[in-house]
Amino acid sequence: MTASRRQRAQPPRGVWTAVLLLSLVPAIWIGMRALGLLGGLGVNPIEKLLELSGTHAMIALLIALSVTPLRQMTGLAWIVRLRRMLGLVAFGYVTAHALIWLGVDLFFDWELVLYDLTERPFVMVGFAAWLILLVLAVTSTNAAQRWLKKKWVLLHRGVYVAGVLAVLHFLWLARADYAEVALYAAILAFLLGWRVVYRWQTRRRIHARRHAPA
Amino acid sequence: MLIRTRHRSECSHSEVTPREVYARRREFLRTSIGLGAGLALGGLGMSAPAAAALRGYELEFEPSDFSTDESKTSLDEITSYNNFFEMGPGKSDPKTYADQLKTDPWTITVDGLCENPGEYAVEDFINPWSLEERIYRMRCVEGWSMVIPWIGFELNRIIEKAAPRGDARYVAFESIYDPDNLRGQRRRPRASGGLEWPYTEGLRMDEAMHPLTILAVGLYDEVLPNQNGAPIRLVVPWKYGFKSIKSIQHIRFVEAQPPTLWNQAQPDEYGFYSNVNPDVDHPRWSQRTERRIGEFRRRRTEMFNGYGDEVASLYDGMDLREHF
Repeated sequence: MTASRRQRAQPPRGVWTAVLLLSLVPAIWIGMRALGLLGGLGVNPIEKLLELSGTHAMIALLIALSVTPLRQMTGLAWIVRLRRMLGLVAFGYVTAHALIWLGVDLFFDWELVLYDLTERPFVMVGFAAWLILLVLAVTSTNAAQRWLKKKWVLLHRGVYVAGVLAVLHFLWLARADYAEVALYAAILAFLLGWRVVYRWQTRRRIHARRHAPA
Repeated sequence: MLIRTRHRSECSHSEVTPREVYARRREFLRTSIGLGAGLALGGLGMSAPAAAALRGYELEFEPSDFSTDESKTSLDEITSYNNFFEMGPGKSDPKTYADQLKTDPWTITVDGLCENPGEYAVEDFINPWSLEERIYRMRCVEGWSMVIPWIGFELNRIIEKAAPRGDARYVAFESIYDPDNLRGQRRRPRASGGLEWPYTEGLRMDEAMHPLTILAVGLYDEVLPNQNGAPIRLVVPWKYGFKSIKSIQHIRFVEAQPPTLWNQAQPDEYGFYSNVNPDVDHPRWSQRTERRIGEFRRRRTEMFNGYGDEVASLYDGMDLREHF
């Protein structure tokens, strides 16, 4: 029973690999631009690098957060098999973004790093989001899942907090252009709202079944 | 007895272009270039507006002691990385949509509390003044900076000519309002964080009279490109870039501190003074450092953008944290 269910939950051949490769395309594209190809990074390349890596970190996080709603909408159980990989991809983009800030923008000027982390709220929330994702990445293994048992599920709900912090991070650094961040906020609200509604409906259905007249 | 020793680079009187020829230099350029462009475009069935035809012509100007000798940001960088929200919020939008700014005809009105108000075609407004090159540092409130060779003249000449009355304590500036053409002015205020067009700015009278404060009409040795604020803009080098209002149409002398665009939109983030000050952070980001365009490492931002010797006395006794 368990074995056959697990088998059914496997994605079609090649899908997992294709999704992984696809998720690396933006990174390659940004990397090539950083090397001066495809038009380069423009007049303020470091700012552009931060902007591009940040945007794709945000998008990757939203994609990881859409796995569960997508599974529930389509009923395709195998989609959930992509969740860990997409979560780690998001962590990768966020980490790259953070490293560009630390190593390129501030060039390891620790005084400025400390100042940013204590004085600039948008850096603080961004850093907090990265910390959460770091914990989730470290505990993403099967072993950690077995070890933490039910607490694992609770812990990994931290990704919702990371999503909210990421949108806040975006919002607090925006200047006179709120269209993009409004879009991310709307998508995040939908993805989180979906979960609430889905859970509420499932609970009602179970309740109705239990109390249904024989 | 006054013995005048001549500087080696100074030219003799015989070399000086006669005043009347010099004064007519624009007319000459306008007709010659306009004619050329008109002929060229006429053949294609297009009409060439005079101001547009002036774009790209070379200006005559003198150097100035107020110029910095720091290495200049390239013309390409200065003209492709701009904040000019009338054309959109992106840094490359102003260059992309530069044609949406219609500069011909362009009228400048000087009025308010002054003895000699007037309305001028921009050519007549600029013509009386000899031009200077002012190579200034420009520090954007966003944390980047450039070194820009402006061509222009001191604003105090315009003020003296207008003869403000004693009760005129501030100078208010207003830019173009043309939502039919300027895409940025059609955006909903909420999407742009509450920007209310037209762009407005203001200076205290002593700031406006300061010799560092100029009206720029050129960049490198050409007429201002649209994305940099054609045909005429303010440059106040010790303040954050947004104080240097672009594409000015109205100069008014007023008694009370005038409303200004960014200050109205986000009063806790953009003050009326907005002097470059590394010790007063923007509420959301630090102002301690800046990235000079073209450089890798960030630099420390200097008080008054390095113009403290010239302007610090304007703010004696003022709490610059309160009046940020």
